[in-house]
Amino acid sequence: MPFIPHTEDDIREMLAAIGVARIDDLFDEIPAALKSSRLSSIAEGLSEMEVTRLMAERARDDGHYLSFIGAGAYEHHIPAAVWQIATRGEFYSAYTPYQAEASQGTLQLLYEYQSMMCALTGLDVSNASLYDGASALAEAVLMAVRQHKSCRRVLMPRTVHPAYRACVRSICVNQGIELAELGYDPASGRTPVEAVRDSAVEFAALVVPQPNFFGVLEDVDELTRSAHERGALAIACVNPTSLGLLKPPGQWGDQGADIAVGDGQPLGIPLANGGPYFGAMVCRQALVRQMPGRIVGATVDADGRRGYALTLQAREQHIRRSKATSNICTNQGLAVTAATIYLALLGAEGLKRVAAQSHARTRGLVERLEKAHGVSRVFAAPVFHETVMRLPRAPREVLERLRAQGVLGGLDLSDAYPELGNALLVCATETKTEADLNAYAAALTQCLRAAA
Amino acid sequence: MSIPADLKYTDTHEWVRIEKDGSLTIGITHHAQDLLGDLVYVENPKLGRTVRKGEECGVVESVKAASDIYAPVSGEVVGVNEALDEAPQQINESAYQAWMFRLKPSQPGEIEALLDAAAYQKLVEAEAH
Repeated sequence: MPFIPHTEDDIREMLAAIGVARIDDLFDEIPAALKSSRLSSIAEGLSEMEVTRLMAERARDDGHYLSFIGAGAYEHHIPAAVWQIATRGEFYSAYTPYQAEASQGTLQLLYEYQSMMCALTGLDVSNASLYDGASALAEAVLMAVRQHKSCRRVLMPRTVHPAYRACVRSICVNQGIELAELGYDPASGRTPVEAVRDSAVEFAALVVPQPNFFGVLEDVDELTRSAHERGALAIACVNPTSLGLLKPPGQWGDQGADIAVGDGQPLGIPLANGGPYFGAMVCRQALVRQMPGRIVGATVDADGRRGYALTLQAREQHIRRSKATSNICTNQGLAVTAATIYLALLGAEGLKRVAAQSHARTRGLVERLEKAHGVSRVFAAPVFHETVMRLPRAPREVLERLRAQGVLGGLDLSDAYPELGNALLVCATETKTEADLNAYAAALTQCLRAAA
Repeated sequence: MSIPADLKYTDTHEWVRIEKDGSLTIGITHHAQDLLGDLVYVENPKLGRTVRKGEECGVVESVKAASDIYAPVSGEVVGVNEALDEAPQQINESAYQAWMFRLKPSQPGEIEALLDAAAYQKLVEAEAH
């Protein structure tokens, strides 16, 4: 089936109109040395049947592991209805449309999504989403610096996800923004409030992760309060599932966080090669003109019926060009569609149960793992659904042995946090049964014994 | 709408009124608000900020566009019209009454270079063609 609509005649006619003999002549300014005559590493085409078979074989290679890796992407149960509905034709090509108001269904869905994010975070305005949690955090940093005006330094705790910090660095450093790292308290795994309160330097904003990368719950009230006392903004970086149980950022400290961001993956998006996921971003009303991305508003049409429209578009690049709030953002329509359906199916009570169950499973896992010889918790502070365990041997070696037994035991922290020694980040969500936890503990005991 | 003869103008459509104390009151012209349409937001410079002639120091935003405001001359911001925060439509209603901010000029010579009403009239007519 031809996917290119032009016939040979069409092409000839177009070439004649611009006075070019062959299509190749359009590319004649590219030096011959840079052109590759054949793509030797690209295989010949395969039939659909052959591709299906090839992919099935590759999928088998993935294996069926029992996974205890979290570290920013979490395995949760996704009700079958979520993707059954999200992949309906009306939604499947969802994207914030260019003729936006002609697509009332898409706009309504985004409006519902934004309303849910506002309810979840306790803040006033949500955009229609960004690429992922990391780029949402970078946008929040840019937003805070624009709002603050007089300072371009942001305090970035080392308890923020290392990949998020790397992403923020990539996006912000060339814009003259300084990221000042804050260390953590080695006993609790928390960011010390004094480091913010007594910071020797002025700062425009503080990033407050909750839970932090270690799974540990930060003292968000005091951190937020300290940032505000220093005339800075507080940027919450949250796991949306945790908000089923934890205090929403809008209520942190005395005035609440100013901006909240997070990765939306836990809300109905499957783990798949690292994405696509989506980034959530919500802020106080007073900051809305600094917020990047599309915002859908509710309105009424000429007959007084409810309708939806894109609003505050003068912030955006099709109007503000280089002075737009962002020139690299988009929304993740399909992932947001799934998340909206996920949240609608679960409701507040359902999300709370997922959060509580995940927390209980992680506690159960820690209890079991601690019984293995030489295994202990690294940090004393309470955690959500993830925690750091110290092993008696190098995690890399232990993880390899565990994998041979069908268990993905967690994330080795020795690259990102070498000072923690043999540290392993483990996570258990509601998807793990008591039997799964027992299986992991038994496998770990066996691996450590075999290695000893 | 006639262009007030007692004001000065810029080619970026700000109007400037020279006050008795030597300070300058600044707004956007009737022609500018007409091009922008219904204004929904005005961002003024912070009080006390020093600006250079031609520097961006504010934004006016309408339902269909957003436009920067440029300092007509160098100086210090000595007043801002906070009423516009809640009621930006005042600029649509009467552009020459709804001032945005006041400057205390640091280079009084720069005032000479501003356009008079006749020159601004010509500029607007030229843009219309």
